[in-house]
Amino acid sequence: MTSAGVRLEGLRRQFGSLRALDGLDLDMAPGELVALLGPSGCGKTTALRILAGLEDADSGRIVVGGKDIANVPANRRDMGMVFQAYSLFPHLTAAENVEFGLRLRRQNAATRRQRAREVLELVGLGAHGDRYPQQLSGGQQQRVALARALAIQPQVLLLDEPLSALDAKVRVQLREEIRRIQLEVGTTTLFVTHDQEEALAIADRVGVMRAGRLEQIGSPEDIYRSPATPFVAEFVGLSNRLPGRVTGDVVEVLDAKLPLVGAVHSGPVTALVRPESVDVTADPTGTGRVVAVSFLGPTARVTVSLPDDAIVVAQLESARLPELPPGTPVRVILRPVPVVVSP
Amino acid sequence: MTAPSTGTLDQVTAPATPRGGRRRWWPRRDLLGVLPFFVFVTVFLLIPTLVVVIGAFGGDDGRPTLDNVAALADGYIVDAFVRSITLSAVTAVLGAALGALIGYAVVTAGPDSLVRRLVTSACGVLAQFGGVTLAFAFIATLGLSGFVTVFLRDSLGIDIFSGGVWLFDLPGLVLVYTYFQIPLMVIVFLPALDGIRPQWREATESLGGSTWYYWRHVAGPLLAPAFLGSTLLLFANAFSAYATAAALVSQGSPIVPLQIRSALTSEVLLGRENLGKAMALGMVVVVALVMWLYGLLQRRTSRWLD
Ligand SMILES: Nc1ncnc2c1ncn2[C@@H]1O[C@H](COP(=O)(O)OP(=O)(O)O)[C@@H](O)[C@H]1O
Ligand SMILES: [Mg+2]
Repeated sequence: MTSAGVRLEGLRRQFGSLRALDGLDLDMAPGELVALLGPSGCGKTTALRILAGLEDADSGRIVVGGKDIANVPANRRDMGMVFQAYSLFPHLTAAENVEFGLRLRRQNAATRRQRAREVLELVGLGAHGDRYPQQLSGGQQQRVALARALAIQPQVLLLDEPLSALDAKVRVQLREEIRRIQLEVGTTTLFVTHDQEEALAIADRVGVMRAGRLEQIGSPEDIYRSPATPFVAEFVGLSNRLPGRVTGDVVEVLDAKLPLVGAVHSGPVTALVRPESVDVTADPTGTGRVVAVSFLGPTARVTVSLPDDAIVVAQLESARLPELPPGTPVRVILRPVPVVVSP
Repeated sequence: MTAPSTGTLDQVTAPATPRGGRRRWWPRRDLLGVLPFFVFVTVFLLIPTLVVVIGAFGGDDGRPTLDNVAALADGYIVDAFVRSITLSAVTAVLGAALGALIGYAVVTAGPDSLVRRLVTSACGVLAQFGGVTLAFAFIATLGLSGFVTVFLRDSLGIDIFSGGVWLFDLPGLVLVYTYFQIPLMVIVFLPALDGIRPQWREATESLGGSTWYYWRHVAGPLLAPAFLGSTLLLFANAFSAYATAAALVSQGSPIVPLQIRSALTSEVLLGRENLGKAMALGMVVVVALVMWLYGLLQRRTSRWLD
């Protein structure tokens, strides 16, 4: 199957006085799945639509498979697109929806039907070809939409929050399946989402967007463990905001000296510390006090209040909960992993 | 009309009453709420229809006869029906086409746009703006001494009535009817247009389809049933309109409602009241046919768009 590399260079797009894209750069290797992650309104959809040709950039370059496609209209770009919801043609059955793009490519009826059956099977709906969209659940509709997009063997697959209209359970199930299918067909894929868990779970690389540009791009692990900026640290995963003081290349937080990410001027700061970098031990002389405990299966979150009203959340193994009921006096220890600070 | 709906309600609530139990003669409490509706339907639809049907098959002496219905085949009555149907069909098609275009423009302007609010409220008013008021509005503008007529004649030398005073005849009716058909079309067709999702166009595009392909294979098939259904509704609307024509047409009775009036009020020929009822029965049959087609189409659209 064909799969092309994608390069977006300095994309800009303005709506009136609103800068939706402000110099977006993005490289995607052939066959790679990149998740664009960012809060609502940061320009993810605009970026995806410009790549699809549904929207024009004010400036910048769009290169797919080595060719600049800025002047190629959407219907010649050969991109599979999956929308958030309701994108299936309601007057056509699932199979007819899947065949739609093949019909446009003038494939004969037998080839079309064969291909539609294959792709529907790939998404686990082999038996539902003759159902109308209305007769399918939300999750099934999105599977058909994915099948329709893949049927044309696109150069690039674009998914704009394809799971955000679904129930939590279906969402998790379907995102794993999207990943399985993507690996199987090997199509270069851009997956837009505002859900950090989803992005981290599905992508080869995650690009975190903010206000129309890429804040950081890297493997899910990179993004989570070594956020490059306070924005990324706060948007991806949970972070404790703890008062600290920078001196030289360390930051002093809760009596611990932690290494810094990047260079920062000395002075008071807010340090962003992951719950799993926080440890809590029962200690009658400790200054902290457990105020809440939430059980998450193998792990648990323990909320501790400190003197001067600071609150810190620690993530621990559930097995340790019995020693930490609410009210327990505790000592808080920070693991010496690099932290991001914001002024 | 009422019987099937009570039947359905009975079936739905059936498990509550033991099978074979004696039926009460008074209305069940769960039917009381719809009682005013049944009273309304009975007084204003059922009874008049019965009067029309009985009258159509009754002679002056009260004995049953087929004479009145047979008289519907008379040349002048057939002509009136043909003219009525032509007038309704032409204004329905014109109104549907123009109303759909306006509706499309309104939808493209956006759901909260000023254009949309203005057009929908204007249409709400104009669709009801039939009857005598509308007729006089046209007479005041396009009548023999209407200000547009006078302006065209005196300033531009154009005499719009050089070929005859068409405003007070069938062509005039076409113009005036179309005037209230367009806004009605906008109102009844807007929901269907709103049901068309922008994703369908974009999906078509990304799959390789042109705008033409989108209209031909997606929007067209999806809108067609609603468009035809609305056109039928417009047909029925024009077919049963009376007051506008009554106010505008001064000579003769070119269409069926006016024929019925002259049959009911004729002082020359007595005993033509039941002929009027036979014509009314003819109209009921035509409208019932149209509404039946409309029902079929509505069922198809509601399967797709909701
Ligand atoms: N067609 C448009 N007209 C005006 N503003 C738009 C349009 N499309 C997007 N925007 C604005 O551009 C910004 C980015 O939008 P979008 O790319 O949809 O964000 P995201 O998908 O990340 O939520 C938002 O503030 C949005 O309101
Ligand atoms: Mg979006």
